[in-house]
Amino acid sequence: MHAPAPKTLAPKTLAPKTLAPKTLKVRIWRGREEGSFCSYEVPARDNQTVLDVVTEVQRRHEPALAYRFACRVGVCGSCAMTVNGVPRWTCRTHVAKVAEAGAITIEPLRNMPRIKDLACDMRGFFDKWQKAGGRFSGTATRAEPPAKVDPANPRRRAADAAIECINCAVCYSACDVVSWNEAYLGPAALNRAWTVVNDERHALRRTTLDLATGEGGCGNCHTQGSCMRHCPVGISPTESIAGLKRMSLLSFLVRDRDAAEAPAGARAEAEEAPA
Amino acid sequence: MSGHRRHQAYWAFIGHRLSGLALAAFLPLHFLALALALQGAAALDEFLALADMSLFKLAEWGLVVLLAVHLFFGARLLFLELHPWKRAGDSRLGWIVPSLLAAFLIGAVFAVRVV
Repeated sequence: MHAPAPKTLAPKTLAPKTLAPKTLKVRIWRGREEGSFCSYEVPARDNQTVLDVVTEVQRRHEPALAYRFACRVGVCGSCAMTVNGVPRWTCRTHVAKVAEAGAITIEPLRNMPRIKDLACDMRGFFDKWQKAGGRFSGTATRAEPPAKVDPANPRRRAADAAIECINCAVCYSACDVVSWNEAYLGPAALNRAWTVVNDERHALRRTTLDLATGEGGCGNCHTQGSCMRHCPVGISPTESIAGLKRMSLLSFLVRDRDAAEAPAGARAEAEEAPA
Repeated sequence: MSGHRRHQAYWAFIGHRLSGLALAAFLPLHFLALALALQGAAALDEFLALADMSLFKLAEWGLVVLLAVHLFFGARLLFLELHPWKRAGDSRLGWIVPSLLAAFLIGAVFAVRVV
């Protein structure tokens, strides 16, 4: 009896180590509103983020390049830029996922004045956060025990779904309505307003709802969904804005008793609150 | 289309907006046709004779499809705004393609019955 012949294994074909080009072409906006794209070439590396690329350009090619970053790990949201036409956190964007034919184009976020290169002026964005009534105003003093909030309460759950916004302005940059209407408060500010109108400890719920539904408020949203599509933390400002629209309609038809009990003069107090 | 707009919800917005504008542009013509009745049967009949032209029938078909697109996309928006969302981020994207298909189905039924 013959033993079966041992199988001969075909020699393995080694896959090429990498298909990526050795260099990456980068176009970066230089200047303010008037400016132009400058091109650079940096080494293409594995696990390279867009922020790594910007840092490499600044350290090796263009020391005067202005850009913002802080944590570099997707916590602070300060490194948001427009990469190949899409607003993103550059620290959490791998070059391999966004490069087109070995090239990327980096610009500052849209819808905000450009200060220099990749840095934009975010004051208007943060001011709108206040204009939408996003400042929390408690109903209790420090001397009182903490409020007992039921986490299963539908309003609390609605607030929880929207509370993790870190104001990176990616949604604001992605929104075309912000581009078309300067008065529009934008998705981030309205998302914040939605969290506080659902917070039972907030004393100025009626005021916030009035501000969020007034001029430049939620009624301007066309439900394009770009804010929701591009939010790096998976929040849905579109949903929050829809909630505000629904709440304003309901409060018009059946006046919200809780909100109506906001202290007298609360609106004036909110409007005078410092930014 | 710029990168940040390349997603289904934005296409639905475009479809809803363009169909709405086209319908708004049609309305004056519609009222003009109705107003011709005030000028007598001859004027109205002369205008209605245009309705037998192939190009007119094609335009009618387009009008029906646009109406259906606007209706279905508008219904999605109303649902999103008036009904609490079941899951975070669930903007009923799955309704967009069936809405378009339903609109063209209505257009097909109209074409079969008219042509």
